[in-house]
Amino acid sequence: MSDLYTNSGPVAGQLHIGRLFVATLRRDLMLSLRRKSELVNPLIFFLMVITLFPLGVSPESGFLSQLAPGVLWVAALLATLLSMDALFRSDFEDGSLEQLLLSPQPLYVVVLAKVLAHWSLTGLALTLVAPLIAVMLFLPAQGMPGLLLSLLLGTPTLSLFGAIGAALTVGLRKGGVLISLLVLPLYIPVLIFGSAAVQAAVTGLPVAGHLALLGALLAFGLVLAPLAIGAALRISVSG
Amino acid sequence: MAEKKWLPRWFYQLASPRWCYQICGKLLPWFTVAMLLLLVGGTAWSLAFAPADYQQGNSFRIIYLHVPSAILAQSCYMLMAVAGAIGLIWKMKIADLVAKSCAPIGASMAILALLTGAIWGKPTWGSWWVWDARLTSMLVLFFLYLGVMALNSAIESESTAAQATAVLALVGLVNIPIIKYSVEWWNTLHQPATFKLTEKPAMPAEMWVPLLVMVIAFYCFFAVVLMMRLRNEILRRERRSGWVKELLLSN
Amino acid sequence: MSFDSFSEFLAMGGHGLYVWLSYALGLVLIVYNLLAPRRERKRLLAEQTRRLLREGNRQ
Repeated sequence: MSDLYTNSGPVAGQLHIGRLFVATLRRDLMLSLRRKSELVNPLIFFLMVITLFPLGVSPESGFLSQLAPGVLWVAALLATLLSMDALFRSDFEDGSLEQLLLSPQPLYVVVLAKVLAHWSLTGLALTLVAPLIAVMLFLPAQGMPGLLLSLLLGTPTLSLFGAIGAALTVGLRKGGVLISLLVLPLYIPVLIFGSAAVQAAVTGLPVAGHLALLGALLAFGLVLAPLAIGAALRISVSG
Repeated sequence: MAEKKWLPRWFYQLASPRWCYQICGKLLPWFTVAMLLLLVGGTAWSLAFAPADYQQGNSFRIIYLHVPSAILAQSCYMLMAVAGAIGLIWKMKIADLVAKSCAPIGASMAILALLTGAIWGKPTWGSWWVWDARLTSMLVLFFLYLGVMALNSAIESESTAAQATAVLALVGLVNIPIIKYSVEWWNTLHQPATFKLTEKPAMPAEMWVPLLVMVIAFYCFFAVVLMMRLRNEILRRERRSGWVKELLLSN
Repeated sequence: MSFDSFSEFLAMGGHGLYVWLSYALGLVLIVYNLLAPRRERKRLLAEQTRRLLREGNRQ
């Protein structure tokens, strides 16, 4: 794989593909970790949306435990969506995105690293917080593994699809609402299989099938989404 | 350009806005006549002459609007994405304009399919909306159209808007089958063995022939509206060129 | 003909409201789709002709 890039053309300054990936990942993680508030905002949002349901519907435990799989997944989905706009925004504003597109590095790898950095600070964080919040919604204990695994497999797909929307709207001043309009229909399969996995885990049914489908979606997204993100970034930045 | 000879000549001619404008103008009357004949004939047939369904009675006649509009909404998305891809790959302006003209037609067909489906649901299921797999996928398709149209109107530069919309339409096209199957699977999970609207074991000929007529009529209608919209878009895009000026002054 | 009289045709075996509502909506959407580009074309032609005449006068 690495030969493909280093030997294909003697372009000056081209990095080894693995080093490029790690360097982009480290840069994006470091930049995000410096802005603490943006880091915790999706988590706070997640917690707040969850709080709204007992207040708005019913605090009764039997009812909430039935609602919990769907509510947890919808809230996680919305929290990811909320953080999506920031993915390329600051890079676009300070011009580093344009530099990135002009550089001889393969865009696919750079984009993948960026999405991974974004996911590890939103999707992964949400997954780690989810059991705590599931307890507040009276999700039965046997549902926890299903919840964790489905979020772990599903949220990267959400980040990948969301990044397409973010890349398409990065040149627009008011991208926030538009992203949700573009991306939410694409999130439907992940939501269906994710909440079904939790539901199956709660009722004691096998979850492997659901997780396999989520994994298939993730594999599909990993292969194709970076191409779309790259094309969208080129269009947005040159336009 | 020797390496590109495998594409037929009309493909390149289509790229000329003027040629495309004129050919659309020549085809329009024919398609309009065909559309009118087929629509009027098909509607009369489906309303008055086709037999009533033995289970659903006369409410079954809604199928003659519901199915053609649903088919059209889907194939319109397909055309939009393919035209967008052609615009992206060959930088063909006409393809961009076709894609842009498709979106509002497809969205209105999706609305028609949703509304007729909902109205059909009332006598069949007893409520105006049921989370049926087909209706839900049609709703998602409608959302996809809305996203494409919102993105297209949000970007000011016309060429950037066309390219961005094409990418979104292609992403949507790849996802449509996944969404469709996931929604169908979800539906069987939550409502096992419900009565399906349009799934009939075998439709007799006196039922499906008028349906076929209506489907063709809707395709003619689509062709007419698409060509009218395309001609408008060409005029707008080419307003500074010589042939449009001649056309305007001769009016 | 699957109906014996015109009133039966209107009633549609008790489903008249649903059938006629659907067909009315279909008619409205089809007519709108046909008229909207027609109006747009007239507006466009008038606007561009005016622009052309204006620019012609200025020279």
